[in-house]
Amino acid sequence: MNAFKLAAQLRAFLPSEAVLHEIEDVRPYECDGLSAYRQLPMVVALPQTEEEVVEIVRVCHAADVPIVARGAGTGLSGGALPLSEGLLLSLAKLKRILEIDPVARTARVQPGVRNLAISEAAAPYGLYYAPDPSSQIACTIGGNVAENSGGVHCLKYGLTVHNILRLRVVTVEGDILEIGSDGLDAPGYDLLALMSGSEGMLGIVTEVTVKLIPRPEKAQVVLAAFGDIRAAGNAVANVIAAGIIPAGMEMMDQITTRAVEEFIHAGYNLEAAAILLCESDGGAEEVAGEVRRINEIMTKSGAIDIRISRDEVERLRFWAGRKAAFPAAGRISPDYYCMDGTIPRKNLASILSGIEALSAKYGLRCMNVFHAGDGNLHPLILYDANRPGELELTEEFGARILQMCIEAGGTITGEHGVGVEKINQMCAQFKPRELEIFHAVKAAFDPSGLLNPGKAVPTLRRCAEHGAMHVHQGKEKFPELPRF
Amino acid sequence: MQYLTDQLSVKIRDAARERKPVRIRGGGTKDFYGHVTPLDNHSGLSVVLDPTAYTGVVDYEPTELVVTARCGTRLTELEAELSKHRQMLAFEPPHFGPGATIGGCVAAGLSGPRRASAGAVRDFVLGVRMLDGKGDDLSFGGRVMKNVAGYDVARLMAGSLGTLGLLLEISLKVLPLPAMELTLRIPQNEAEAIRRMNLWAGKPLPVSATCFYGGELMLRLSGAEPAVRAAHAIIGGEELSGAAEFWSSVREQQHAFFLTGKPLWRLSVKSTTPPLSLPGTQLIEWGGALRWLAADDEGEATQVAVRNATNSAGGHATLFRHAGSSLAVFHPLAPGLMKITRRLKEKFDPDGILNPGRMYPEF
Repeated sequence: MNAFKLAAQLRAFLPSEAVLHEIEDVRPYECDGLSAYRQLPMVVALPQTEEEVVEIVRVCHAADVPIVARGAGTGLSGGALPLSEGLLLSLAKLKRILEIDPVARTARVQPGVRNLAISEAAAPYGLYYAPDPSSQIACTIGGNVAENSGGVHCLKYGLTVHNILRLRVVTVEGDILEIGSDGLDAPGYDLLALMSGSEGMLGIVTEVTVKLIPRPEKAQVVLAAFGDIRAAGNAVANVIAAGIIPAGMEMMDQITTRAVEEFIHAGYNLEAAAILLCESDGGAEEVAGEVRRINEIMTKSGAIDIRISRDEVERLRFWAGRKAAFPAAGRISPDYYCMDGTIPRKNLASILSGIEALSAKYGLRCMNVFHAGDGNLHPLILYDANRPGELELTEEFGARILQMCIEAGGTITGEHGVGVEKINQMCAQFKPRELEIFHAVKAAFDPSGLLNPGKAVPTLRRCAEHGAMHVHQGKEKFPELPRF
Repeated sequence: MQYLTDQLSVKIRDAARERKPVRIRGGGTKDFYGHVTPLDNHSGLSVVLDPTAYTGVVDYEPTELVVTARCGTRLTELEAELSKHRQMLAFEPPHFGPGATIGGCVAAGLSGPRRASAGAVRDFVLGVRMLDGKGDDLSFGGRVMKNVAGYDVARLMAGSLGTLGLLLEISLKVLPLPAMELTLRIPQNEAEAIRRMNLWAGKPLPVSATCFYGGELMLRLSGAEPAVRAAHAIIGGEELSGAAEFWSSVREQQHAFFLTGKPLWRLSVKSTTPPLSLPGTQLIEWGGALRWLAADDEGEATQVAVRNATNSAGGHATLFRHAGSSLAVFHPLAPGLMKITRRLKEKFDPDGILNPGRMYPEF
């Protein structure tokens, strides 16, 4: 089917401004947050109701047109990269908060509602939605479900999969599924788990019921500096061993602190090999007690410098540097390439020395920021795409890092998703029979294979090569968004 | 240990070739759960697969908050090992007998009193190694907290009652034991108890379990001492002695409420659902989201009343314990969900040999 014919069919029930196919109109949809990959979609549809979504899916299903669903398009792995012969289904206009139930502590929202908007709507009741991906001012809850998004607080408060109760999903066959329930579980298989992180390949989410939790009374952060990375890694383990689950636990290496301090002035110790940010939240007395214990543990673990946030302003300043790590990479290098591996934390020191060795070998600098509590590492490889051959070297460097993560018992993606970016690394992580099971799961939901085909799970044939996230200075899709 | 998994795999392969049903059975502590099908080991009509020899903790790093154990590992042993390091399975699983294994625990997908505050079994599953219906040895998820590579097949296994595969090894997130626990006893009527459970859950209070029965609300606080003390001052009530025994009796269904021998329904509903008027007596857990009904009878009319009540409360009902009833155990699925459920079953178990009929009579 060609663009004109598809657009005409869609305009039979959609307002004409909700169907785009002129090149200049579809251009804004050519990529998501991973702008290195671009592709114009054949047609863009912007439904406003679930009925319209169902109709669109019916038309596409009948005409065998593939569908790529998209929320705010802030994803970092190319999961919402359009297909030249496909429909780009934007759910951004389904953005109503349908119900906040402060007593049952739930919010029922449409998929295009922004993550932060949920917490804002719940705030008058002393409640909030816990998962807080760094892009939360812009990213949508539908996209969060598709990526199983986390955030800096996920060790304590969980990922999207732990914080959603129910989904309404339109299948490619036009069925409307109610997955999950208003209770705490549902009969049959746990399809809610399958939907979380399914990257738009199983169904189109049209409604999400999320859990809201009470906002803690107080939060305080301990900023500890360490003379070497190993000591910092041990400090994290010592905090956990003491029975403390911090609300947030973040690590940065020296090259990162130096890069951010230059323009954020967070007050980091620049002589330190690594710094740790360890946050406690809860009741006032509880936080006071926990912060005292964290302070003692950091001291015993060999911290060379410890500061405790005295007030909210200082707490936010300590965090500001961490949150500026990605922009800082963009300041000190024309391009950077962000990895997203997760490792068992005990292997941190060996992975970091491995990265250091690779850095020397390839002659490329690498900044390391680390969600230390949950083992999710973001090495940012600094390079210049204008230097011939440097991009290829960078990709090789990145692939070697992910390979190390797999060998260390970890995974190729902790939170950014596979999308198109890491599809080749899936071949390294999974055996052919396991990939076959993934294809089978998709086929159970989407027998026609029309939902976001070619993403997330490689065909067995394809298993080769590698890729990763590139951000070219000045060409980022959302330069204003925080990324951490 | 590899020879054990090879043996299990061969048994599944042979059964698949001969299309013989395979009954997966570990400690046998949950034989009552689901559609009960007779075990048949001798007539050659079905194969009983007992993986309890495949036992032991494969990997446990307390500072990683992750434990990996083989399916036959006894729950009591695993929990004892964790408690040496002052850690726990935070979903507080029921054992229903000393033989309970971690494989059965995850396959049954049942969680205990801490579920409403800490999460369910599936929330703590990080990875599995399993044999599917072809006997193929597959691994999904991993031993790390965050992992979005591929569909979350590991969590799908929780509660699938062995109908999709035999779990060989399971990696679970563990959490520290709370520094302090205190249970409060508050005399209350049912409607007010439901209201309060929801009210307190909406405040930053360390409530870790609730149970209402016979005009009394029991409420457990868990956490750092200052937090527990402060919450006690806000909530009031008198401190219950023998609290550990009390919660264990609720979790293991040894509490007097569960010992009547009547058919037991498990109703999972929206936590704010007002008192449900049904024939029998009730015990409420999970802040109002779980209602146990010891029903007066096993009749069709009671079933209809229970299913209707849960439907309008946004939930579902399970006939949890019964005396050989012919009623459907699990809540009927909507046609769209049933379609996908059947297809998933066909993909994981093409010959339909794994625990057939245990979950839904159709497969």
